[in-house]
Amino acid sequence: MRYSAFRLLKEALSGHKGWTPAWRNPAPKPHYDIVIVGGGGHGLATAYYLARKFRQHNIAVIEKGWIGGGNVGRNTTIIRSNYLLDGNEPFYEFSLKLWEGLEQDLNYNAMVSQRGILNLIHTDAQRDAFTRRGNGMILHGADAELLSAEQVRREYPFLNFDNARFPIKGGLAQRRGGTVRHDAVAWGYARGADTHGVDIIQNCEVTGFRIENGACLGVETSRGFIGAGKVGVAVAGNSSRIMAHAGMRLPIESHVLQAFVSEGLKPVLPGVITFGAGHFYCSQSDKGGLVFGGDIDGYNSYAQRGNLPVIEDVAEGGMALFPGLGRVRLLRMWGGIMDMSMDGSPIIDRTHIQGLYFNGGWCYGGFKATPASGWCFAHLLATDAPHPTAAAYRFDRFRKGRMIDEKGMGAQPNLH
Amino acid sequence: MIINHPLLGPCDAQEFTYLGDARLIERPDGMADGAAAAFFDYAYLRENPAGEHRELWFHEQGDRSWLVVTRNTLTHDIISVELARDVARRQGRSA
Repeated sequence: MRYSAFRLLKEALSGHKGWTPAWRNPAPKPHYDIVIVGGGGHGLATAYYLARKFRQHNIAVIEKGWIGGGNVGRNTTIIRSNYLLDGNEPFYEFSLKLWEGLEQDLNYNAMVSQRGILNLIHTDAQRDAFTRRGNGMILHGADAELLSAEQVRREYPFLNFDNARFPIKGGLAQRRGGTVRHDAVAWGYARGADTHGVDIIQNCEVTGFRIENGACLGVETSRGFIGAGKVGVAVAGNSSRIMAHAGMRLPIESHVLQAFVSEGLKPVLPGVITFGAGHFYCSQSDKGGLVFGGDIDGYNSYAQRGNLPVIEDVAEGGMALFPGLGRVRLLRMWGGIMDMSMDGSPIIDRTHIQGLYFNGGWCYGGFKATPASGWCFAHLLATDAPHPTAAAYRFDRFRKGRMIDEKGMGAQPNLH
Repeated sequence: MIINHPLLGPCDAQEFTYLGDARLIERPDGMADGAAAAFFDYAYLRENPAGEHRELWFHEQGDRSWLVVTRNTLTHDIISVELARDVARRQGRSA
């Protein structure tokens, strides 16, 4: 069913009785050409682009819970392509371009809002670093704009410009960045994939892989064995657990990241802002709540909830930047599990097992990557060759010393 | 989280910094054959279990001792705490 203003009018006049479910709920078939493990944003996007762009058939997405119940529903919804390194920036810019055309492509309102993202500058050294990053972005065809403190003040007059310790000296703006309604991304991709014949199988947990003679023949699930020509794993927050079934140890630690939403307010915050002196970022949802977050808690966790010291740290960062925040009541908070790779960059690659492919290690930046991650993973699954923008996201970069170390801080699982 | 320090008693986890898997004590011999492969494994690969995890915490705001904490990553419950020095000694790695 195509969504349109005409359809809405027609349904309004007929008591909204004609709407149909956005995707089917099929029973698993005994064999698929391609099985995607993980019905989150990346898995659904992969299935969608496999079917629509790469003309593949007989595809299933297997999800242990329900669509949109994992990290795609637990993030802070920011999209941007403000990276520096050659291995990253073309990929994230590709993703941002896909966001720009996503709603028309999916025929689904994902509430893509290019309200802009502003990284604030507090020191001269930071201005140098952000100038360099902005130039890197422009060289890769993205947009970037260096703002003076006065320009920032015109757009965000309520920030604390004269904080004695962290005065605001300017900012690096990306006007095309912004936010997207995260659940609608999962639903839109699910609907699009289903329309192109993909079976979305929910409440079906993968419990193992059937591997014979170095080749993956399918997945063992809570609903029986499902054979597959190729298996693609995209299970953010569970990568190590799932790949352990294939006997693999990954360059990943799973950490908890907390996020927060305030009570609903009238529009106060026009775009996304990030504090450059601590770790704090904030945007305002269309419903009015201020959505914000900061650092990961910093220890291995699968608990989907964090601890109080980080909440205090985030609140302090918020107050240093945006003192008005102190008058706002917190509505809710939650934790999500981030698969933190050892250089802060993701992996989209084949494994040493024939027919088994892996997409993961997105750290806490996976949401913005959803469309390009799906496209590039679909490209890899369909053609057995990496997409040009994701060619650096290889497993063997750690062994070979070709880290994509955006922060320049070495092999640590607590980077971006 | 409260870490029950073997010498100092219960301490807030905020006093500590976290390093990661306690297997980092088992540093390979850099002069041995196959050292490059051993160091790749040591530096980058992790078990990353959901459940009991032995991990290194440094009491930076306290007595600056390294601890091996056994903690459940699904619940954050701390099961046992040892001095990393004692663990290393048992492995013949410390005087």
